Amino acid sequence: MIPQHPALAAENLTVPGRLLGVSAALQPGTLTMICGPNGAGKTTLLRALAGLQPGPVTLGDTPLSALPPRRRAQAIGYLPQHGEAAWNLTAEALVRLGRLPHRTSRAADDAACHAALAALDCTHLALRPVHTLSGGERARVALARVLAGQPHWILADEPLASLDLAQARALLRHLRQLADQGTGVVLVAHSLAHAMNHADHVIVLHQGRVAASGPPQQALAAHILDEVWGVTGQWLGPPGARALSL
Amino acid sequence: MNRTALILLAALAIAIPLSLLAGQVWINPLAPQNANALPILLELRAPRAALALVIGAGLGASGAAMQGYLRNPLADPGLFGIAPMAALGAVLSFATGLTLALPVFALIGAAGAMAGLGLIAAGNARSTALFTLAGLMLASLAGALTSLIISLAPNPFAMSEIVTWLMGSLADRSWADVAIAAPPTALGLILLARAGPALDALTLGEDTARSLGFSPSRLLWLMVLGVGLVVGAGVAVTGIIGFVGLMVPHLVRPFTDQRPSSLLGPSALGGALLLLVADCLCRVLPLSGGELRLGIALSLIGAPFFLRLLLRLRSELA
Repeated sequence: MIPQHPALAAENLTVPGRLLGVSAALQPGTLTMICGPNGAGKTTLLRALAGLQPGPVTLGDTPLSALPPRRRAQAIGYLPQHGEAAWNLTAEALVRLGRLPHRTSRAADDAACHAALAALDCTHLALRPVHTLSGGERARVALARVLAGQPHWILADEPLASLDLAQARALLRHLRQLADQGTGVVLVAHSLAHAMNHADHVIVLHQGRVAASGPPQQALAAHILDEVWGVTGQWLGPPGARALSL
Repeated sequence: MNRTALILLAALAIAIPLSLLAGQVWINPLAPQNANALPILLELRAPRAALALVIGAGLGASGAAMQGYLRNPLADPGLFGIAPMAALGAVLSFATGLTLALPVFALIGAAGAMAGLGLIAAGNARSTALFTLAGLMLASLAGALTSLIISLAPNPFAMSEIVTWLMGSLADRSWADVAIAAPPTALGLILLARAGPALDALTLGEDTARSLGFSPSRLLWLMVLGVGLVVGAGVAVTGIIGFVGLMVPHLVRPFTDQRPSSLLGPSALGGALLLLVADCLCRVLPLSGGELRLGIALSLIGAPFFLRLLLRLRSELA
């Protein structure tokens, strides 16, 4: 039985200079990608959904602003785009920071951290200082930190940016698994190919507004690509095939 | 308790008795020949050692907390402007002739700095950057006003009294001074310890810390009150003693897991040890016209240490 987590929704969200009346209803158990050109407001929307930017965002029936910070932190895990560790912790100590919102026993924390490291194939990195890790390893450890908190929602800002093709695919596979198990996954992604091939739901932002929202084939239709990015795209294969040539 | 803390505790267990014996009059514990040995021990050296432990622990822990808060290994409690404001308060007590109330004046100065920092930086998402700038502003303002008061001193004797006091020392301190410094320091240390988990979360930046459920304004107030109480109490009884808060966390950090919270305890112990040993050395160094001032001694050690850190950072950046 898959647990049903509360939905996350923004209703007519406006952030001066960034977002203009953005609404988004996100379902748990799905993988959503937020796409758009630079400056479209992707990060602002993600921060608002994470409760870091004040706005009309609700988790289930509760406004995020009314939720105690610790409860919110247990429900929503957030991974910023730039999250360099100020101190040279070991990967394991860094992942353990994800347990800070929980008041659980040391054993429960250990189990959650080890599971998170193992899920992202980082167990062998556990005792390495993070400043000695490669970009791809750091990105995986950073995501493991979020997983260790066992949140209902994972909100990540360009987690694939520093990964090569194989690593990005492995990470997406893992996020897909989590979504299938009931976690809500929301990613800001630059790669439309990733969005096309892996997302259940795509939100296209353009100049602070929602230009399109829906399944990838619909949200990334040719006229949207032209209107938002100014590029001509063409579908490959029969309708419904997940392939896009730009 | 980890191994680093145990080693520092063992070192303190050795250093404390030795510090009681060392000084211009050396005391042989097996055959005390000096008739004044007991009064020297109980009335001069014991309070001095106790004060070194209290002030050193406060400076070490507040340095570790500051470095964690600003995510910068070069941060120091002195950067906050709290120490200069406390010193300004103390200097005002000299200028007004109310030297008996000096600790009260110093604590009021520290409280003024804390309130200023809190009001300027609180409630802002980028509070650490504002905090640093507000601290620098307060420090330069306090420095200017202190110089003004010194330049307006009625006679050279008053001027020299102020300047000497500012240099920082543990000489001739009594149990009364310990009683003034210890309670605020203890309270400040408790507040800093409570800031530990939030400082850990801050390792990954302010956004991540907030997403982990920590409130930046609560952390700001814990830091302002914790550092303010500790540094204010220190300045109130010893004058300005710099560099302890910078050096100690640096020396201790490689022996911890690098989390700011795990650095607080060892830094407190390390600060206590450093101040105790440095004060002993000041006492026994032969110097014409009295003893070396502790504040000067630590600055003489600290400045080259700071330079070495800068050079290392430069080579890491190159």
